[in-house]
Amino acid sequence: MSPVREGLRAYRLISAMWIRSLMAYRVSFAMTALGNFAVTAFDFVAILLMFSQVDRLGGYSLAEIAFLYGASCTAFGLADLALGSMDRLGRRVRDGTLDTLLVRPAPVLAQVAADRFGLHRIGRLAQGTLVLTYALVVLDIDWTPPKVLMVPLMLLCGAGIFAAVFVGGAAFQFVAQDAAEVQNAFTYGGTTLLQYPPTVFAKDLVRGVTFVLPLAFVNWLPALYVLGRPYPLDLPSWVAFTPPLVAAALLALAGVVWRAGLRSYRSTGS
Amino acid sequence: MLVRAGRFRLYAAVTEGSFRRYATYRMATAAGVFTNTVFGLILAYTYLALWDERPGLGGYDQSQALTYVWLGQALLTVMALMGGGFEGELIERIRTGDIAVDLYRPADLQLWWLAADVGRAAFQLLGRGIVPMVFGALVFDLTLPPDVLGWLAFLVAAVLGVLVSFAIRFLVALSAFWLMDGAGVTQVAMLAGTFFSGMLLPLNVFPGALGEFARALPWSALLQMPADVFLGERSGTALLRTYAFQLGWAAALLTVGRLLQAVATRRVVVQGG
Repeated sequence: MSPVREGLRAYRLISAMWIRSLMAYRVSFAMTALGNFAVTAFDFVAILLMFSQVDRLGGYSLAEIAFLYGASCTAFGLADLALGSMDRLGRRVRDGTLDTLLVRPAPVLAQVAADRFGLHRIGRLAQGTLVLTYALVVLDIDWTPPKVLMVPLMLLCGAGIFAAVFVGGAAFQFVAQDAAEVQNAFTYGGTTLLQYPPTVFAKDLVRGVTFVLPLAFVNWLPALYVLGRPYPLDLPSWVAFTPPLVAAALLALAGVVWRAGLRSYRSTGS
Repeated sequence: MLVRAGRFRLYAAVTEGSFRRYATYRMATAAGVFTNTVFGLILAYTYLALWDERPGLGGYDQSQALTYVWLGQALLTVMALMGGGFEGELIERIRTGDIAVDLYRPADLQLWWLAADVGRAAFQLLGRGIVPMVFGALVFDLTLPPDVLGWLAFLVAAVLGVLVSFAIRFLVALSAFWLMDGAGVTQVAMLAGTFFSGMLLPLNVFPGALGEFARALPWSALLQMPADVFLGERSGTALLRTYAFQLGWAAALLTVGRLLQAVATRRVVVQGG
């Protein structure tokens, strides 16, 4: 079996086990999923409160920002559902329980990713999808085949980009065991940034999330194509179609970084 | 009198121990400072866009609004707005029954945890508050208190805020005596804490009745009020009214905590630990 198929199989088995264990307490599951929904919903409530005072933010209407928000939140929700447990890696390195995963006959990445698989994270995904649906209903868009295609493409590639950030962040924890919060800055911080239009932010910050950590490809560039809005930094129009390439390159890079991190791992020993 | 001095020394030692305990995690603190700075930066630009559109919104000018953002990041962990204080530990002790051991100690449960929480808050203010604030002041034009008195006034408001924050979280933790599982209550408290403290948006930007309602709740004592004192929005009698509001909520919630503690500890005896 190829390592990828083996990994997916292990991931499926472990996550299925955690789902079964979650479903043993259905009320508790429903409550945590609802809580997860509510926590993220407050971010959108804050935007609604802002729009109770203004008609536009950074030149964008509420419906347009809802589109950016929904796309970012849904893409992030997908990655979070699949890999949200990765930030527990630092703890496993510290207390030595990572060793248990090393001796099992399954890829470590799949085991770490599926560890304590939290189906309740579906709450965040549901919230993002809801806002995205609202935006698609309210927005007045001249739909063309490429624009229609761009919506699912954007969500999938965005999830891929965030997945790479999750894996890269976890690899960093092999080195800095106590720094799970740094990962939060890029994951939660990243999705918060993308909820607002690029016109809100300083040029250098936009440059950073376009060329250094290419989060702009999650939703800004494809979404602005759908909305028919100018891109930031006067980028050419074809960049809206590059998210698949960016996601693939980032995932490959994250794989390399992960392997390097794993190789540098020294057990606590005791 | 001697007993009293001894007691004071005990709680002072608990505070110091708690301070040191948090100071041990240097890497985690550095990581937290980094995250607070990143979020501060993102929020600052969204506030800039908002105040560009509506100058003077909520009675703040642009510089005050930006200062509010960085104060929020500086006070986020100090006030434990998203949780992360002592309450998780206390809930765990109640759940496992270890609380019985605590009740045998010659120390008061509420004062003991208050002392520990004050140590935690003091460390978070120094460890996670200053660096993001300095970064914010270097990148943006912030409004700082004009003199030492202004800083002192803010410090008093912040200490009172910590007191209210502790009182709320003590109640959250005590609920575990009845529910055995604190997850649900902790989550609701976290939601209320972020929303009604003004962490997402200053409470004076909330429209109409919602704003008035939010400003009357105890959570406004955690961020909105210390921030307003810092920004020089409350001086003279308004400052005294602010302190009175904070003290009032602290006294009320701490008293309820005392009463609940008495009822709860009787339950422990009934259950046999």
